[in-house]
Amino acid sequence: MTPETLAALTALRDAKTPVVLATALPGGAQRLLPDMEAPEALNLAAKRALDRDESGTVALDGQDWFLQAYNPKYRVIVVGAVHIAQALVPMAAFLGLDVTVVDPRRSFATDERFPNVTVLTDWPDEALDALKPDSRTAVITLTHDPKLDDPALDRALNSPAFYIGALGSRRTHARRLDRLRELGHSDEAMARIKGPVGLNIAAVTAPEIAVSILAEFIAMRRNAARA
Amino acid sequence: MSAETQDILGVAAAWKRAGEQVALATVTETWGSSPRPAGSQLAVTASGKMAGSVSGGCIEGAVAEVALETLRTGIPQLLDFGITDERAWEVGLACGGKLKVFVETLA
Repeated sequence: MTPETLAALTALRDAKTPVVLATALPGGAQRLLPDMEAPEALNLAAKRALDRDESGTVALDGQDWFLQAYNPKYRVIVVGAVHIAQALVPMAAFLGLDVTVVDPRRSFATDERFPNVTVLTDWPDEALDALKPDSRTAVITLTHDPKLDDPALDRALNSPAFYIGALGSRRTHARRLDRLRELGHSDEAMARIKGPVGLNIAAVTAPEIAVSILAEFIAMRRNAARA
Repeated sequence: MSAETQDILGVAAAWKRAGEQVALATVTETWGSSPRPAGSQLAVTASGKMAGSVSGGCIEGAVAEVALETLRTGIPQLLDFGITDERAWEVGLACGGKLKVFVETLA
């Protein structure tokens, strides 16, 4: 890889811009995609690789190209700097996810409790307005407190976030849906919320609940990528 | 950060900035039950550092050897590992899968 290619690739990744490194095989000539000067078929193949989050080799006009897809990390916005978050956040970081913790209660949301991740003490609605969840973002509410969870879920439902999860029992969740309905969300839209959050593995402890949430996240992510 | 999600290109670039000679091996294609998907990477330095993986450990030794050779010659190589390849028996691709690995230097 030439220094120029490496520098350009690094700059795009630092800017969280999706990019494909295309390598002509077996010779090794490289270019970054999308590129207006590249053949349309190559740009299309690059777009597909990014959409599917899958690297691989394609043959175009008798030339093999290896397309390495570099998407920005998936983001996880955790609302509630609570006990379960302390298990969930390091596990999510271990999975390579870009984690942000939101909790306006400053005694909870401290850097000591959540080292090496972004901790915001804004109100969840303001935080989500600023963070702008996209189709590669998960929003997970853990506070049980309607004052904090509801505004976050309201904003998440108005966003293309691909995974929305809310901690709480079935009864808690039913009441939560009633409140969100009053905010104008349809039952169909609210079906996006995973509540109770996580795969049902009969989790009891905080780390177990974190595993169940992240297992559900992974299932959604991988199935979505292949849809 | 975990092994699976480690940013190998980032590690390789950091080594390069630190003055190391760095080769990068990338899985470009797989068939059958290869343990790592296309895009998996292994970075190797002339000084003997390694990060990442291109298989479950079966071919890393062979790939690292080629990586060192590539560092000497500067010529990228596309390697074929599979059950029809005598070399694969040598290095023991026990899974029965096939894969191609592209080895290049960070110039």
